[in-house]
Amino acid sequence: MTVLSLGIVRGLAGQLIGSALGIGVSVAVRVAMGLPLEVKEGAIVVGILVGAMGFMIGVGALTDWSKWMLGIETPLRLGPPEGKPSWTRYFGVDYSHKIIGIQYGVTSMVLLFLAGLLALTFRVELTTPGLQFLDNHTYNTIMSTHGIAMIAAMLVGVGAMANYLTPLMIGTSDMVFPRLNAFGFWINVPAALLIGTSMYVGGWDTGWTAYAPLSVNAPLGMQFVLLGVFLIGLSSILGSINVIVTVLHRRTPGMHFFRMPIFVWSVLATSIIAFSATQLIGLSFLMVSAERALGMTFFSPVLSPGAVAVGSPAGQVLLFQNLFWFYSHPAVYVFILPGLGIISELLPVFSRKPLFGYKWVALSSMAIALMGFFVWGHHMFTSGMLEGLRIPFMVTTMLIAVPTGVKFFSWIATLWGGKISLQTPMLFVLGAISIFLIGGLTGPPNGVSVSDLFLHDTYYIVGHFHAAMFGGFIFPFIAAIYYWFPKITGRMYDEGLGKLHFWLMTPGFWLQSLAMARVGLLGMRRRIADWDPGLGIETGQLMITIAGFAIGISMLIFLANLIISAVRGRVASPNPWQSRSPEFQIPSPIPEHSYAQPPVITGEPYDYAEPDSVYVSMSPASSAAD
Amino acid sequence: MSVATTTLSQYRAQLRSNRLGLWLFFISELFLFGGLLISRFYLWGGTRPDLDQRLGLIVTSILLLSSFFMYLAEVGAEHENRRLFLFSLIMTALLGTAFLLGVVIFEWGGEIRPWDGAFGAILYGMTGMHALHVASGIVLILIVAYNGLRGRYTAERHWGVEACAIYWHYVDVVWIFFYPAIYLMGTVPT
Repeated sequence: MTVLSLGIVRGLAGQLIGSALGIGVSVAVRVAMGLPLEVKEGAIVVGILVGAMGFMIGVGALTDWSKWMLGIETPLRLGPPEGKPSWTRYFGVDYSHKIIGIQYGVTSMVLLFLAGLLALTFRVELTTPGLQFLDNHTYNTIMSTHGIAMIAAMLVGVGAMANYLTPLMIGTSDMVFPRLNAFGFWINVPAALLIGTSMYVGGWDTGWTAYAPLSVNAPLGMQFVLLGVFLIGLSSILGSINVIVTVLHRRTPGMHFFRMPIFVWSVLATSIIAFSATQLIGLSFLMVSAERALGMTFFSPVLSPGAVAVGSPAGQVLLFQNLFWFYSHPAVYVFILPGLGIISELLPVFSRKPLFGYKWVALSSMAIALMGFFVWGHHMFTSGMLEGLRIPFMVTTMLIAVPTGVKFFSWIATLWGGKISLQTPMLFVLGAISIFLIGGLTGPPNGVSVSDLFLHDTYYIVGHFHAAMFGGFIFPFIAAIYYWFPKITGRMYDEGLGKLHFWLMTPGFWLQSLAMARVGLLGMRRRIADWDPGLGIETGQLMITIAGFAIGISMLIFLANLIISAVRGRVASPNPWQSRSPEFQIPSPIPEHSYAQPPVITGEPYDYAEPDSVYVSMSPASSAAD
Repeated sequence: MSVATTTLSQYRAQLRSNRLGLWLFFISELFLFGGLLISRFYLWGGTRPDLDQRLGLIVTSILLLSSFFMYLAEVGAEHENRRLFLFSLIMTALLGTAFLLGVVIFEWGGEIRPWDGAFGAILYGMTGMHALHVASGIVLILIVAYNGLRGRYTAERHWGVEACAIYWHYVDVVWIFFYPAIYLMGTVPT
């Protein structure tokens, strides 16, 4: 076995060759046209795109499709590769949804840690007023990259949960389009590399929102981010289509819609947003990219002499914000819906009670998904958009609280009178609820236009957003990792380290989000490298930084726990949580084909109070391992 | 596609999912083209650039006619009429190429350049994104024609032809919305 037999190594080589080829050919065409020898941004765009394609060819994600085009059959290869150790599966194209789910999960964790490291870097800078060790531009680059890398980490994390859990929960062996699934994962890798590279090719300074015309004039790093996000968006679209078709077509006999595990509902809702709205962030970033590379003035309100000659109107800045937020507000629901689904999924297991109001919770996910399309204007209250639109957007924003409230009431009612056991996954679920509550309650002042005029672009928003993302996604994601860890590895994580992780991270996060909101109310601006000592927020700033480090350390404990337990942990029973969900009725780690025969669904998913009721009945042949 | 390894019932189950997947992809693309259309109305409002009306009418007619041949090709594949299938497929590719040349050589060869304000940006953005889809459609047609020549499609199993045909019609329908938005609506500023 050589290094080159690993798909990812071939992919990286492909990306390097592709990038060089793309830039080289573009420059050659330039010279052939009689223009001076010069690497313009357009050539770099071509290089980036050809490079990404080179990665996909190198890794082998396009091999089967290319063969189909030539009429060559390619049977779906499953199981460990021949003649190679089985760990190599994780470093190349593999069509099993369980492998792809882990690939997504590890990629997400890597991005999460790198982005977290960036956050700690600039938090140290912000602890005291004045500039200590970062200059303004470096600060801007680090802060912006932190933002977009976290967004990427969360999107990839959603992919991890959706890909690993959806087929298991609906009782099928795999996603309906396994090759598309592999393609959807691998395109994230060149994209993440582009986002990382952006810091070393001039950086960028717009924050993750990339508002035009600032992004049009930003340094070259911007172009890498724009195209990196575009590729991650492609992954999101393809993955969502796969999830929707899988859920609609591949449910096991007896699993009608209102008998699906609640997490499947939330993934379905998330996919409906992701497969449609994502096109608009792709489009808006592509338009900025074109404006930078070709001078196509979609957004800059400047009229060139040529534009005047043909009587053209100028570009408009607000067009970008409209296109961008039409995706990027629903994107928040792309992150939190699976997270809230995890909360609803785990609460009944650890309370030994039915999920309160199952149908309402299921439909509330759909309601949030659909209503999310009509609220984007609340990000633009101070942008100079039509004043008459403020009230309508305010009303639609407030209405989102209704389906979200349905979830909160369901959680409380599920806990009420339950036989609660406080193991690590449950602790993180409860932590998620408490933090999502902070995120939820700090939300309405931003959604109401009168108060938003004062809160806009302050650290208050930063506090609100981080609480919503941590409570809505990061905490449930961690809970899910602990919860399904014995299912994935066949071994139990260390409960003591898990509890330590929780008790360091959760109070840390409470402190962080409340302190962020506090310094914001006292006048701390968002996204700036320096602040006025006269604001009297030294204590608050120090607390945020300390809390940030507490969270960072707790995540290292988490990582250590996962790695040590995967190797040396106690062997776990197939169903350590006495869950009724289908995936816990088969051995751990899960065999290659998951279910030897399709399980049959005969009851309700969450009847934990009734020991006699059966949700999943496995046929006798499949109860033996594999 | 893998003819020998799957039974007809397996093929049909996968076909059902493929169809749904393709239509979901179209709905997704609707947001892309819709976003461009909205940008056109946002930036151009009640104005439009001065374009060659004859050219617009000609390329639109060519594209509509190509959709008719694409339909014939699909009918040919369904009835295993190879002559009709291949002839119509080649006609579609030729008409598609004619459309593409009309856009790239004549429309883009006009007075307006991409960097000429919102007129240039939107004109090249919309026609460019559409042309990209037409070009990929022609590539798909050539792949289908290559496999068709080797007799790889049967009356029961021709998902490749079907997908290619729906895609072609879809790109055609997009142009039906783009054409009036670019050529007909609004007034030319004097």
